[in-house]
Amino acid sequence: MLSNIGISLVVLILILSFSIIYTSCLDLKTPSRTIKKSIYKLSLFQTTFTILSFFTLIIGFISSDFSLINVYENSHTTKPFFYKIAGTWGNHEGSLLLWVNILVIFSYLFLIFNYAHNKKFRLYTLIFQNILILGFLFFLLLNSNPFNSIYPIPLEGLGLNPILQDPALAIHPPLLYVGFVGCSIYFSAAMASLLSGYGGKLFAQSIKTWVKISWCFQTLGIIVGSIWAYYELGWGGFWFWDPVENASLLPWFAITALMHSLIVLEKRETLYHWVIILCLSTFILSVTGTFLVRSGILNSVHTFASDPSRGIYILLFLSLMIFSALIIFFLKHKKETYNLNLKSRETFILTNNWFMTFFLVTVLIGMLYPIFLDVLTNVKISVGPPFFNIVIIPLVVPLMFLMAIGPKFGWIKSKNKVLYKILFLSLWAVIINLVIFYFFGKYSLLSNLIFIAAIFLILFSFLDIKNFINNKNKAELPRIISHLGFGLLVFFIGINHQFSIEEDFNLRVGETKKINNYKINFENIKIKESKNYKAVIGNFKLTNFKNNLIQQLDPEIRIYSNPETLTYEAAIKTKITSDLYLTMSNVSRSDYYNIKFQNKPFMVWIWISALMIALGGFMRLTLKKNED
Amino acid sequence: MKISISKIIIFTFVIFFLLVFWRGLKINNNYDTKNLIGKKISKFQLIEIDNNNRYISEEDLKQNKYTLINFFASWCAPCRSEHKYLVNLSKEKKEIKIIGINFKDKKNNAINFLKELGNPYNFVGKDSEGKISILFGIYGIPESILVDNNLTVIKKIVGPIDQIQYDEILKLTQ
Repeated sequence: MLSNIGISLVVLILILSFSIIYTSCLDLKTPSRTIKKSIYKLSLFQTTFTILSFFTLIIGFISSDFSLINVYENSHTTKPFFYKIAGTWGNHEGSLLLWVNILVIFSYLFLIFNYAHNKKFRLYTLIFQNILILGFLFFLLLNSNPFNSIYPIPLEGLGLNPILQDPALAIHPPLLYVGFVGCSIYFSAAMASLLSGYGGKLFAQSIKTWVKISWCFQTLGIIVGSIWAYYELGWGGFWFWDPVENASLLPWFAITALMHSLIVLEKRETLYHWVIILCLSTFILSVTGTFLVRSGILNSVHTFASDPSRGIYILLFLSLMIFSALIIFFLKHKKETYNLNLKSRETFILTNNWFMTFFLVTVLIGMLYPIFLDVLTNVKISVGPPFFNIVIIPLVVPLMFLMAIGPKFGWIKSKNKVLYKILFLSLWAVIINLVIFYFFGKYSLLSNLIFIAAIFLILFSFLDIKNFINNKNKAELPRIISHLGFGLLVFFIGINHQFSIEEDFNLRVGETKKINNYKINFENIKIKESKNYKAVIGNFKLTNFKNNLIQQLDPEIRIYSNPETLTYEAAIKTKITSDLYLTMSNVSRSDYYNIKFQNKPFMVWIWISALMIALGGFMRLTLKKNED
Repeated sequence: MKISISKIIIFTFVIFFLLVFWRGLKINNNYDTKNLIGKKISKFQLIEIDNNNRYISEEDLKQNKYTLINFFASWCAPCRSEHKYLVNLSKEKKEIKIIGINFKDKKNNAINFLKELGNPYNFVGKDSEGKISILFGIYGIPESILVDNNLTVIKKIVGPIDQIQYDEILKLTQ
């Protein structure tokens, strides 16, 4: 039943897409300056049906309708309500339907909100967006249909991977999809801009909001994923340079560069072609990431049950996208003359773009090199954290200096009055770093530089906040918050990295272990039966000698039944100054348990500062047109 | 569109990328362990855990009548439980050489692990990235592979070695 409704809806959306493309092509030739009413109507229908199709699938999951293969494979009647809903996008087919939803909704919103812009430009955008929608719809129908039915109807589903049953992970994919798929709209807009010749300031204004929206969601999505990894995976880390994490960073670097250069295009009418390249590559990189993750070329926690036919389809789609983008770009490319002054704000914004491009290329090489080597020479290697740390971290130092001083320079050309401030604040940054270095611990020259640069950026941002309180220039605040967030993020990651304690040992019930100024007492073991899992809970008493504080930590070993899986739940005590982190795993045929103890300073501040970066973006979204 | 060198370079580059991706799809990433018995192990090179200058390769295994390749890590609880069987085996059956591959582990932790539980291995190689283990088709650890002097796999044990597995290894190597 649901299967039929779902498939009919998808076919309807497909027909509507064709008709939108057809009527838009016809409308291109009419002399009228407004878009035909019928196109608005078709788009509205398309959006409505798309949302309905997604709700149909959600209903399938909520009501545990196992006649749908997708529900059968990814859900279970005993699953909590919240995770039944989250199960909808926790699998390949369902998430593809979410893709289509975002493509369609963004297409409609772009059409109605940009009414003031050139008709030809809007129609071309609509056409390209619908070509993208068609591509994904065909993929959905032919290869990955979430509405495929199964007969006889199974009595029970297979369940959702327990590691995915986590609130952070339930919202992580939708956030990222809005972020990554949202890029599609300015991919289409960039193509339309090339074809219609509608460029410059007006083009920048038409896509600005969409760039901001997708930047915010990408940033937030990546942070939430990282929080999930920290709390759920039980490794005590939050960023692993895992290929899939890298895949999510690539479009982020491109879109961050785009966010900045778009300002130059809007204010100074220059860098048009560079902005176009960034618009195109952001979405191309998003699809490349999807290809790498979904085709099974990369193996990681994110790999859905892989299927080579899926990979071939996405690859075909990707190739078509890249070639059409390249051909249209080269056909319409005109020489642009750049007239940039060295001490102007646009130069500093351009330096941001160099850094982002450098990071992008580094991560791209680190990610693709193993694949290339495997394909071409059959040698398996892995490019891990050391490579990224060595190449990326040193460059974060100058980046942070530029992030602080760049915005101080005016458009076109600036005077030297900032110099005095820079010297003064650098001196303070060096002093504060020396204090940390002297009192808390020794670290390398590079770490010193990182700390100095981060402190410099933080101090500079505080100064900016002081200025903001005086002059109340609203347009400045989002930038200050994001840049301050980045400074704090690097600073706290540095502190966390330098001063973490990690110990691995075995304990039996009743035994005690001393580490630095902590005493860990393994008090007892309890068994708890829960709705969808059974848990072995260890009770540990941690005594801190320094302040005689006693804390209770209870890590768990969970045994899920559908599908049968073992997960290790860390016990994490978060405080303002540090996190205590305890995991235990069983040593089979013995009464010992393997315990991993970590003390990680300022963990919570890493999240807060990362969220500040995203917050800045959201604040910019609320600015009125004349303020930004 | 005028054709220029830079355009040709860009297009060639893109085509090359896409072709590699396409080829990459055909490479089998599902490491099938069922049919491993009777097959030869692939070429490998293993660096010793605390001596970067010492290493062995598949050629060295040809000198042993039997070799048991065991994948372990200090953080792996079941590895602890199977370890006594490995220690026993190294004492009881001299013609089986045991090679340990230390999977995604820290050097010091691994050395402490062996100090605490005994070292049954003739050679301990490091695989901190888990890449060499992929060559052997390892899903997770502990796993062990028994090969003869032709480098043919006789037995593969997924999960910890217990008494039954232990007896079977003895039987197979009679």
